[in-house]
Amino acid sequence: MKIVILGCGRVGAMLASKMDKAGHKVSVIDQSRDSFQRLDPQFGGETIVGNGVDEDVLIRAGIKDADAFCAVTNGDNRNIMASQIAQEIFKVKKVVCRIYDPIRQSTYSELGLEGICPTAIGAQMFYDAVTKDKAGAMDSTGGDKPKAK
Amino acid sequence: MYIIIGGGGDIGYYLTKNLLKRGHEVLLLEKGQARYQTLKEELGQAVVRGDACEARTMEEVGVSRADVVIAVTGEDEDNIVICQMAKRHFKVERTIARLNNPKHEEVFQKLGIATVSPTRAILSLIEMELPSTHYVPLMTLKNAGLEIIEMRIPADSPVVGKMLRDINLPRSSNLALIIRDKQFIVPSAETAINANDEVFALASREGEEALRQMFGVMD
Repeated sequence: MKIVILGCGRVGAMLASKMDKAGHKVSVIDQSRDSFQRLDPQFGGETIVGNGVDEDVLIRAGIKDADAFCAVTNGDNRNIMASQIAQEIFKVKKVVCRIYDPIRQSTYSELGLEGICPTAIGAQMFYDAVTKDKAGAMDSTGGDKPKAK
Repeated sequence: MYIIIGGGGDIGYYLTKNLLKRGHEVLLLEKGQARYQTLKEELGQAVVRGDACEARTMEEVGVSRADVVIAVTGEDEDNIVICQMAKRHFKVERTIARLNNPKHEEVFQKLGIATVSPTRAILSLIEMELPSTHYVPLMTLKNAGLEIIEMRIPADSPVVGKMLRDINLPRSSNLALIIRDKQFIVPSAETAINANDEVFALASREGEEALRQMFGVMD
């Protein structure tokens, strides 16, 4: 499938490289050309320098015939706006957006925007890692029973 | 009315001052520390340091009882989020966003966010000052689907010398005012159009096209 990725930070670059390796057609957008150095040296997709909330930039990245759009810049609002442009104007079928703020993420999911909140996911993973360790001595969730050692 | 304004730039500052003068309860949110200090000296308690995109900040300033939330930061993505959060998360009745980049007009419209576009307004005002311009869109009355436009009649316009009764104005268009030699004329059927007249008209989008064609003002 054809996928447009907005933001070539650590997540964007890794995602783009992975999708490319898996045989998908990938375009990555970032405001700074330097960011593309994060891509895998074998990356065979397209790189576009520009502002992701600019429709012309999105068009250059091929959003008109994209099957999926991912917004992973480090700005929640930028990701939200770009995703809404992808969804409402270009009618991209699959739009996924990174939103660090859990409150914003839940409000926009009610509005029909699929958001991934690394804050909530990360906090939960830390919680699990800490509470499930050391024979579950700190486990207060009543979840997994600690295994006897 | 209780009005919350996000973004303490020039627009946010003067808007706050004006609305306070009109007797409204106004609260301005500015996230930058330095700018906040400057604003505070002028506006006192009407300004609070915080980010209008943050739900917690908005709760602290009592967004649930706000009648209007206005987003006037310099970033369209922030203005979109401020308005959508206010409307969807906090059920604020009315929101208004400043539209910085006219390219974003369509997405704001599709998302149902009311906007004011200073960039477009400034362009119109400057164009109006340029002698070569014959047509200037002045204002859109969104609720009525009407445009207020100004036409400067060129000497070779097909309507020069004709009286309005002899001009078959397009449907859904109406001439409101003519300015000639710094005098204003309220047009009637007997009014004739002269070269260099400034004609102010109200028209729907289709009416506007037809009107401009008829008056020979395409640029």
